Amino acid sequence: MKSNVTPMPIPGMPAAPDTGTLKGFLRFLAQELKPRGKILTPFNVVTGIIILGGIAIIAVRFARGLGAVTNLSQAYPWGIWIGFDVVTGVAFAGGAYILTFAVHILKVKKYEPIVRATVLNGFLAYVFYSGALLLDLGRPWNVVNPIIGNAFGYGSVLFLVAWHFLLYTLVLFVEISPAIADWLKWVKAKRIIQKVTTATIIVGVTLSTLHQAGLGGLFLTAPSKIHPLWYSSNIPVLFFISSMFAGFSMIIIESMFTHRIFSDRLDEAHRASHNKILLGLAKGSASVMAAYLFLKVIDLTHGHQLGLLLTPMGYWYLVEVAGFTLLPLVLYVVAIREQSTRLVQGTAILTAIGVILNRLNISVIAFKWYEAVRYYPSWMEIWVTLAVISMELWVFRWVITRMPILGAPPDFTAEEKTLNNLGDGEVVRWKVSSSWKVSAS
Amino acid sequence: MTISRRNFLKVAGAAGGVLLAGGARSARTAQVPQTSSEGIEFNGMLIDTTKCIGCRACEEACNEANKLPKPSVSFSAESVFEEKRETTPDAYVVVNRFPNGKNPDKPVFVRRQCMHCVEPSCASACLCKAMEKMPEGPTVYHKDRCMGCRYCMISCPFDIPKFEFDSASPFVRKCIGCYDRVAKGEQPACAEACPEGATLFGKRRDLLEEARKRIYRNPDRYRQRIYGEHEVGGTGYMYLSAVPFRTIGFRIDLGTTHYPELTSGFLSAVPLVDILWPAVLFGFNYLISDREEERGKESGDEE
Ligand code: SF4
Ligand code: SF4
Ligand code: SF4
Repeated sequence: MKSNVTPMPIPGMPAAPDTGTLKGFLRFLAQELKPRGKILTPFNVVTGIIILGGIAIIAVRFARGLGAVTNLSQAYPWGIWIGFDVVTGVAFAGGAYILTFAVHILKVKKYEPIVRATVLNGFLAYVFYSGALLLDLGRPWNVVNPIIGNAFGYGSVLFLVAWHFLLYTLVLFVEISPAIADWLKWVKAKRIIQKVTTATIIVGVTLSTLHQAGLGGLFLTAPSKIHPLWYSSNIPVLFFISSMFAGFSMIIIESMFTHRIFSDRLDEAHRASHNKILLGLAKGSASVMAAYLFLKVIDLTHGHQLGLLLTPMGYWYLVEVAGFTLLPLVLYVVAIREQSTRLVQGTAILTAIGVILNRLNISVIAFKWYEAVRYYPSWMEIWVTLAVISMELWVFRWVITRMPILGAPPDFTAEEKTLNNLGDGEVVRWKVSSSWKVSAS
Repeated sequence: MTISRRNFLKVAGAAGGVLLAGGARSARTAQVPQTSSEGIEFNGMLIDTTKCIGCRACEEACNEANKLPKPSVSFSAESVFEEKRETTPDAYVVVNRFPNGKNPDKPVFVRRQCMHCVEPSCASACLCKAMEKMPEGPTVYHKDRCMGCRYCMISCPFDIPKFEFDSASPFVRKCIGCYDRVAKGEQPACAEACPEGATLFGKRRDLLEEARKRIYRNPDRYRQRIYGEHEVGGTGYMYLSAVPFRTIGFRIDLGTTHYPELTSGFLSAVPLVDILWPAVLFGFNYLISDREEERGKESGDEE
């Protein structure tokens, strides 16, 4: 998969029209919507076919019902569209809240160069996963009921998750909007957004905490259906903690790809600090994984479930917990010792597999493990999942080749000065140009 | 700065603790209430499996009362007993046959339908109140509210709600205790149809009384257990049996905690986290900005 992106320096957009007027804005949009670079690359062809096929399957799903394309049954009402697309996908989107927390609240400046890419990834993940969720709902036109309807199911964990999900998607949009403002050269709008950055991020972290935990909380109501090795009253906490290392590993994996594919868009500062960033992420990941495993062990001994480890489901549990959580933890520690970024990257992949296994186990595999006829996804369910991912990648690429996501944002110091003279003259914190120097040092 | 670092960490710890405690399940088993919060006596049903003859008159009556499509095999066909059946979107009650451990010549017939739990998990799971527990006892379904998320199916300990997977405009389907008939003063269709009195409709309180009486008078005939008296916090429909419930298709591992209790700890932690978390994070941010400023001053590199 080679880059099909024509290198283009950010600040010098082709004869930028005045985006302040509607007409200019539309012209600019039309110009930006045009594809750039070669169109018939292998990547485009493959994902294009997947997306077209996915759309066809989705059409059948809406015409003939969920049963026509999925393997869902009365015994397994939720399949991979929930278990993978939503429950697993949201865990990986956790990178956005972790990183904004580190950079803006803890002021760990070295991660600043990757914040925008991670937030963009998170935002797109939420948009596309809620899209996937609509496919899975039997009556998606009623999805607004718990939002504006007269029937609020306050006592439902799903009600809580839905609300936090929706609000957090909005928050992510606000968090990514400085990049959009840069792209449109809306300096004033950007200033306004930046003033609420800290507040937005704090709201975002709060919402994330609750809905990451809430996704686990959903399964609290199925104590008799989830295998006792996985069911625990701590599921919400475990989901929250594992969303952190899911987020960390996703950031590492994603940076592996963006570095290779979009290398022409990276600035020097980014490249130089990258190794330091990776090792830092590994440290963060390792410490939360240790906490997670500690809780897991408590659960295991507390529930007197040690005997269950010697059953087939027990072996499977060990594959997940020992093979894909404990082992990566050890490998992270080794990687930090040896200062090996390669090992960090490999370990991130192992960790990600562990998180996928965990989410799939709770929502699909260890769910009703006793049933004689088990659920497995139909090829069409898998196809649609791939189509959702492909669409997300397309949009991600589109944004990343047009907006200043990977490189340093354009320097608006001159424009800001004029604004400053007009306005209250308050120093805008996280002023792009200056903080960039900090991270480069 | 008014907030000291130590105090601040205390608050941070409290917020984390709330989240942790939120997951913890309380072991309290409350007394099963016999009335709604408004004081209306719950209706229920007592199903005596020792009396049931497997005639499936209840299935047929249910089919008619709810205007369900006619099944492909007639209601008098014995062949349906060959395999264990679950309720379906088109059959709210199904009768199953089990071998009788006590008396091999006399198989046990057990009907299966919504248990109309005293604290239904399906209703607490539903995010738009499409599943609702009525003060009179039954758990009903409002089709106009439902969004088809199927979380009620995940949550029901008895796997009762069924979904129309083959419809482009699907609904969840299950027994609603003949809510409209009962409101008119009639009995649920199945109870009215039963020729053997195996299905008794009445106030839950009275039915429990009756069940205890039967066990007391015929200790050899019945197991000393009323299924549904305490299971998952009590159910509106309850069963008597001559043989262990485990052997006639009942789950005996469901416990007595009512299911909404499983999530109540977590849910009550939510508003606290929503308030404490931002406070803690602003605190962090404040402390760290302060420190940054000092450091900035010392080293002289102005941001
Ligand atoms: S048996 Fe299931 S569907 Fe019926 S009231 Fe109880 S939880 Fe709801
Ligand atoms: S499927 Fe319908 S009734 Fe069931 S929880 Fe979802 S919205 Fe409620
Ligand atoms: S009508 Fe009565 S006797 Fe006949 S199957 Fe139903 S419960 Fe049993």
